[in-house]
Amino acid sequence: MDWQDFLSVLPFIIVAGWATILLLVDLWIPANRKGITAGLAVLGLIAAIAAVISRFGIEREAFDGMIIVDGFSSFLQLLFLGVGLIAIAQAYDYLRRRDIERGEYYILLLYSLSGMLLMASAGDLIVVFLAVELLSIPLYVLAAFAIPQADSEESALKYFLLGAFASGFLVYGIALVYGSTGTTALSGMVAAIASAETTPVLLFIGSGMILVGLGFKVAAVPFHMWTPDVYQGAPTSVTSFMSVGAKAGGFAALLRIFISALPGAAVMWMPLTMWIAALTMAWGNIAAISQTNIKRMLAYSSIAHAGYIFMALPAAATPEVAPEAVRAALFYLVTYAITNLGAWGVVLAMEKAEGSGLTIEDYSGLGKKRPALALAMALFMLSLTGVPPTVGFMGKFYLFRAVIDANLIWLALVGVVTSLISAYYYLRVIVVMYMRDGEPEVRSEALLNSTIILTAFGTFFFGILPGLLIKMINQVGLLDLLR
Amino acid sequence: MNLSFSILSWVTFTPVLGVLVLLFLPKDRRNLLRWVAVLTSMVAFGLSLVMLAQFDQTNASLQMVERLPWFQLAGMQIEYFLGVDGLSVLLVLLTTFLTPISIISTWSAVEERVKEFLIFFLLLEVGMVGVFLSQDIFLFYIFWEFTLVPMYFLIGIWGGPRRVYAAIKFFLYTMAGSILMLLAILWLGITFESFSVPDLIAQGGIPGSVQTWLFLAFAAAFAIKVPMWPLHSWLPDAHVEAPTAGSVILAGVLLKMGTYGFLRFNLPLFPEASIRFAPWMALLAVIGIIYGAAVAYAQKDVKMLVAYSSVSHLGFVVLGLFALNPLGIQGGILQMINHGLSTGALFLIVGMIYERRHTREMDDFGGLWKVMPIYGALTLIVTLSSMGLPGLNGFVGEFSILLGAFGSEAIGSPIYAGIAAAGVIMAAIYMLYMFQKLFLGPLDKDENKVVKDINLREILTLVPLVVFIFWIGLYPKPFFNLIGPSVDKLVALLQAASVAVH
Repeated sequence: MDWQDFLSVLPFIIVAGWATILLLVDLWIPANRKGITAGLAVLGLIAAIAAVISRFGIEREAFDGMIIVDGFSSFLQLLFLGVGLIAIAQAYDYLRRRDIERGEYYILLLYSLSGMLLMASAGDLIVVFLAVELLSIPLYVLAAFAIPQADSEESALKYFLLGAFASGFLVYGIALVYGSTGTTALSGMVAAIASAETTPVLLFIGSGMILVGLGFKVAAVPFHMWTPDVYQGAPTSVTSFMSVGAKAGGFAALLRIFISALPGAAVMWMPLTMWIAALTMAWGNIAAISQTNIKRMLAYSSIAHAGYIFMALPAAATPEVAPEAVRAALFYLVTYAITNLGAWGVVLAMEKAEGSGLTIEDYSGLGKKRPALALAMALFMLSLTGVPPTVGFMGKFYLFRAVIDANLIWLALVGVVTSLISAYYYLRVIVVMYMRDGEPEVRSEALLNSTIILTAFGTFFFGILPGLLIKMINQVGLLDLLR
Repeated sequence: MNLSFSILSWVTFTPVLGVLVLLFLPKDRRNLLRWVAVLTSMVAFGLSLVMLAQFDQTNASLQMVERLPWFQLAGMQIEYFLGVDGLSVLLVLLTTFLTPISIISTWSAVEERVKEFLIFFLLLEVGMVGVFLSQDIFLFYIFWEFTLVPMYFLIGIWGGPRRVYAAIKFFLYTMAGSILMLLAILWLGITFESFSVPDLIAQGGIPGSVQTWLFLAFAAAFAIKVPMWPLHSWLPDAHVEAPTAGSVILAGVLLKMGTYGFLRFNLPLFPEASIRFAPWMALLAVIGIIYGAAVAYAQKDVKMLVAYSSVSHLGFVVLGLFALNPLGIQGGILQMINHGLSTGALFLIVGMIYERRHTREMDDFGGLWKVMPIYGALTLIVTLSSMGLPGLNGFVGEFSILLGAFGSEAIGSPIYAGIAAAGVIMAAIYMLYMFQKLFLGPLDKDENKVVKDINLREILTLVPLVVFIFWIGLYPKPFFNLIGPSVDKLVALLQAASVAVH
C-alpha cells in the first residue's frame, strides 16, 4: 500500500471526505441560506471531476486488486459526477419550493455519489458490497426527505425494507461465490474458473443471487416491484437522481462482475440475463401504458430502459461481441442519463408547491403556454421512444447492433416491438401537451431551466453527432482482467 | 475534403434555414411568416431545378454525389452520403414542387398557431427530400423515421375532429413497419460492414434464404407506407383528419416513400427474393386496386373517396414495379409522379370546397358548376387525369404499367394485368360519380347558391399542377428520358439474378 493507491481512489476520497467536512460546516450555515451548502457541494464535485480527468487513460490496480482504475471506471465516474451536478441544480429551487430545504440533502447526495464512484472502480466483491450500501443508505434517507409527508415516508420505508432484502441476497451470493472460487477478488475468480478449481453449483447459485441483488438496484423485472411506489413517493428531485444514478451504479457492478470476472461462467448466467432483459422490456413498457401519474409512468419507463441496458449482458456472453456490448451499454447509460434527467427536470418544473400537478392531464396546453419547455419535453419523449434524430435512437441502435451481432435476433425483436409499445405512452404526453387545451401552472427557475436546456441540447446534439461520444467510449477498456 | 456543400445538401437543408428565420419572427405576424415559408420552399424548388439542369440523363449511376464519413460505430462506417439518379430525380422535384403549393394553399385555411405549422411543414420537407437522396441506409432510416414527427404534429394539432386518434395511428402503424426494417438494416451493416447502398449492391452475394427474410423486413416498412392491402387501414384516418396541406403532402409524397423504398432497396439489394415474391406482390397490388376502387365508390365523403382512390392507384405503381421489366418500372415511377400531381390537386380541390361549406358530404352539393365555373373546369381536368383519360398524365403511367405487367416474366401471368385493367374502368366510375354529385344536376341547396368561385391564389395553386397534367399526358418523352437509363441498369441487375433463380 503506497501513496499511489490513495491516488487511485482520489475522486472517492474527495467526494466522501468533502461530504464529511460539509456535515460540520453546514452547522454554521444559517437555515435560510442553505444555498451555500449546495454551492460548496458543487465545488467538491468539480474537484472530483478534475481528479478523474487528470488520470484519464491510466490503468492500474490498487490495494491488491481491490480497486481497479481503468477507462471503464473513469468514464462512469465522470457520468456519475455529471449526474450529481445536475441533481444539485435540480434540487436547489425544488427544496425551497416544497419547504424541505436542509443542508443534509446535499451531503447525503455526496455520500451516495461516493458509493457510485467506488462501485465504478470496485475490483473485489467485498468492495462491490461496500459500494452498494454506501450508495443505497443515503438514498433511503433522501427518499424520506419530505418527512412528515406520508408518501415520502412510505416510499423510504419500502425502499429500505426491499433494499435491505436485496442486499441480503447480494451478500449471500458473494459468500457462495467465495465458497466456490476461494476468492472474492474479481481477477482471482477469473483464474479460479479458468483452472476449473470451482464448485459449479455454488458458483451458479451464488452468481444468481448476485444477479438478484443487483437486479433490484437497477429495477429489473421481476425485482422491480418497489420502483413505481418509491419513485412516486420520494421527492421528485431525489427520484430524478435515483432513477439515473442508482441504476447506472447497479449496471457498473453488473457489467464489471459478469462480463469481466465471470465470462467463464457465461453458460450459466447468459440465459438468465436474457430472460430478465426480455421480461423487463416487456413488462416495463406494458405497465407504463395505463399510468396516469407522470412519476409512475416514468418509473415504469425507467424499468423498461433497464431492460434495454440488460440486453448488453447476454450479448456479451459471446466473447467477440463483449467489448462492443459493454461500449453499447455505456453509450446507452449516457443516453438514458441525459434524456431522463431532462424529462424529470420538466416534471420538477410542473410540480406545484404542495406536490400536485403530477398527472399527465396536468400537462394540457403546455405547448401553448410554454413552447420551449414543451418542445424540450417532446424531445425527451421522442428520445426515450428512440426516434431519430435524438440520442435515444443512437443508443438503441448501438445496443441492438451488439444483440444482433451476438445472434440473439429474437431478443432484438422483443426490443424493437417493446419500443413500439412505448411509443404509445410517450406520445400521449406529447398529445396532452400540444393537442389539449389547458392552463398549466409552470415554474420558471433559472437553475432548473438551465438543466433542462443543457439536457435538451445534449439529446439533440448527440443525436446528430454521436461520433464525439463514441470516440470517447472507444477508448474505454473494461476487459483488463482478461489480460 | 472541401467544406462547400454540394447542390444536393442545399436542396435538402434549405428549409432548415427557413425554420431558423421563422423561429425568430413574432408569431402574430402571420402573413410575414407565410411569406418566409413560401419563399424558402420556392428557393428549395429553384435549387432542385439547378440540380435538374446539372443532371446528366444519359448517365445511369448516381450523380452529384456527396459522400463524407459521419461517424463510426463498432467498426461500421456510417456516412453522410447523398446522390441522385433516374429513380429519384423526379421524386425530389415532385417534393420541392408540391411543398410551396401546399404552403400557399394554407393561406386562409390555417389561422391558428401558424408559426408552428410552417416550421413543421418545412421540417417535413427536409425529411422527405432526405429520404429520396440518401444513399446510406442508416442515413435513409434517420430521414425516414424523422418524417413521422412533423407529420404527426400536423395531423394531431391542425387536423379534423378525430385528429389525435388518426395521428397516433399513423405514427404507430408506420413505426411498426420500420422497426423490422431497422433490424434488417443492422444485419446488413454487421454482415457487410457498410451501409452504403451502391457498395452493398456491388458486393451482392446475399444467400437466397437470407434474402427472403431481409426482403420481408424491408417490405414490411414499405408496404405499410404505400399502403398495400391489407395494411392500409391507417390511411383513410390520416388522410381524412389531416389538414388539406397535410393530405396533399401525405398523398403526394409520403406514400411515394414506400414505393420508392421498394425500388431503391428491395429490388436491387434482394433481386432473387424480388423475383420470387413478384407474383405475390402483384397479387396484393391487384387486390389493392380492386378493393380501393370498390370502397372508394361506396364513400359519401369526398375526402374519403380520394383517400381510397390512393389505395387503388398505388396498387398500380406496385404492380408496375414488380413487373420487373423496363416498361413496368418506368411506368411505375412515372405513375408515382402522376399520382402526386392528380391526387395532390384533388385534395386541394376538396380543401377549397370544405373551406367554403365546412362539409365534405357529397349529398350536400350538386350543381356547383353553375356558381363555380372555374373551379368546375379545373376539377374536371384533374378528375379525368386521375381516371386515366388518354391525353392526360394518368393514362401514360397506367398504360405502360399494364403493358409491363402483361408481358412480365416475373409475374408470370397476364391475368393480373387483366384484372388491373378493370380497375381503370372502376376508377372512371367512382371519379365521374363524384364529379356528377358535386357539379352536375340542379343547384337545389340554398347554401350552395351563394358560394364564391375560387380566387386568384387558389387558381395559382392548381394551375401549375394542371400544366404538368397536360405536359406528361401529351409529351411524356422528357420524363421517360430522365428515368430510362437508371431503370435499364436496375433491370439488367434483376436479369442477372433471374438467371441465378431459374
